[in-house]
Amino acid sequence: MIALEKVTKRYGGQAVVDDVSIAFGGEGVTALIGPNGAGKSTLFGLVGRLLRADVGRITVDGMDVGSTPSSELAKVLAVLRQDNHIAARLTVHDLVEFGRFPHSRGRLTLHDREHIENAIGYLELDAYRDRFLDELSGGQRQRAFVAMVLAQDTRYVLLDEPLNNLDLRHMTEIMRLVRRMADELGKRVVVVLHDINFAATYSDRIVAMRNGIVVADASAREVMRPDVLAAVYDTPVDVREIDGKPVALYYG
Amino acid sequence: MLTDPAPTASGALPAAGLRRTRLAASWSSPRVRLAVLGGVVLVLTAGYLVTDVPGSLAFALRIRGLTVVAMLVVATAVGVSTVVFHTITQNRILTPSIMGFDAFYVLISTLIVFSAGSAAFLASDQFTLWLVQVVVMVGFSVLLFTWLFGGKRRSIHLMLLVGIVLGTFFRSFTEWMQRMLDPLDFQVLSDAMFASLTRPDETLLALTAGLVALGCAIIVPLLRTLDVLTLGEPAAVGLGVDHKRVVVVLFVGVSVMIAASTALVGPILFFGLIVANLAYSYVGSFRHVRTLPAAVLIGMVCLLGGQLVLERLLGFGGTLSTVVDFAGGLFFLHLVLRRGAR
Repeated sequence: MIALEKVTKRYGGQAVVDDVSIAFGGEGVTALIGPNGAGKSTLFGLVGRLLRADVGRITVDGMDVGSTPSSELAKVLAVLRQDNHIAARLTVHDLVEFGRFPHSRGRLTLHDREHIENAIGYLELDAYRDRFLDELSGGQRQRAFVAMVLAQDTRYVLLDEPLNNLDLRHMTEIMRLVRRMADELGKRVVVVLHDINFAATYSDRIVAMRNGIVVADASAREVMRPDVLAAVYDTPVDVREIDGKPVALYYG
Repeated sequence: MLTDPAPTASGALPAAGLRRTRLAASWSSPRVRLAVLGGVVLVLTAGYLVTDVPGSLAFALRIRGLTVVAMLVVATAVGVSTVVFHTITQNRILTPSIMGFDAFYVLISTLIVFSAGSAAFLASDQFTLWLVQVVVMVGFSVLLFTWLFGGKRRSIHLMLLVGIVLGTFFRSFTEWMQRMLDPLDFQVLSDAMFASLTRPDETLLALTAGLVALGCAIIVPLLRTLDVLTLGEPAAVGLGVDHKRVVVVLFVGVSVMIAASTALVGPILFFGLIVANLAYSYVGSFRHVRTLPAAVLIGMVCLLGGQLVLERLLGFGGTLSTVVDFAGGLFFLHLVLRRGAR
């Protein structure tokens, strides 16, 4: 599990993550939701050791994030951030190869190549393997990055807003893939989402944050209630049942 | 990319077609391209060493040999440090000179001429001068670096910005001093401000080569890690790279190399920009195992070619850095305009 114990992160006096204690990353898919500025990305940054907590302790499978060598953590925890801008021109295959870096330090073995092939195949990128990233559509690019994370072959996969800038079809495509990664490959996926209907449909557990604290942590059905969602987003949200599934209506 | 030769009706054609395809395939391999580049450097070196010898061949070889070694040292320092700097900063139109290396070199020389006169500058012990230059340049850049990157803020961009501001300050200060110089002193000084690769001092060359080799020894074990750094800090950290430590180590390597070679031949960093960008487009690979040697070799081609043109065609009608800076300026404009067009 990924466990946070009384973790606080401040930016100029303002606590962005405020004394949070939570354990997540159980089997299946966990969605992290909340309004902009709730502290979701900061939380990911802390777990992914991009940021250091001011107070508190974070462990991944018992390994302290602050003191365990980064290269060891990279074998159990993969993080995909939003906005992956790369200065150099890379092909899809080059990118996916990087996923093996924690294991091979850049010297690929046969075993590494197998992982790379599997990841490319799993994300159906065979036809694009020699394409440069800047020649791909947004959806294909996102899939290439997910393939890299998959090739890393970690127990935990953290995806920060993987649906950003994608159209309907590609959003569902990515979310189906996330679901399959959890069900077929046994990955424990934690994903930051803005669309709560996607969160409700594809995740087993929803963690909602607001103003740096966790305000709800329960199954999708329990979080998908008008009073809970309205409190999280500070805006009226209606929830209807369609074909037995809760659907949030926040338009108009 | 390997493509199968198109099937042809006649029997004689496939062999030629196949050969052409193989040739095309091997040309697109970065390894072959590097080998070709290496060949060009060897030919140019031989051409520079043995053609147009006025007197004793042994004497010419000795003198020119030193120049070639100096070129190799400078090409290595400038090529390697610029490529590494690009990777660290995720920006391909910067050079390490942004940290004020060149400005410092000019400032120190100007200070000496300003305070002690050109006679003292010319008579001053070369070794002491070189040592002071190296120590001050490395000291300054490491100080700037630890202040702005090693501390809590950890911002490469802030560091660059402060580097630019301080560099500009040093340049203005230098200019102010130069205005007050005796015209004769100024002439001696401006002569020293153009990079010169011919007739280097042997001891200094050996020392510089040593420091550049040290810089390479620091950087080479990190070649594969450098590849990961091209993905940017967040992704590199996610892949288990200790970003802060790696960048500090790389930066120290870059500073040492640049300081040593600038102190030896003068300001020549702009040249790194051309060399690095030519290397990227020539090898067509982002891997540092390929781009770093390519940058060094292209540096050698430019320096040797430039020197040949200068010595044999123009009859020493200028200094090498004038040729390099002119060509470099045009290329830089091309880079900026092409980026803007995209």
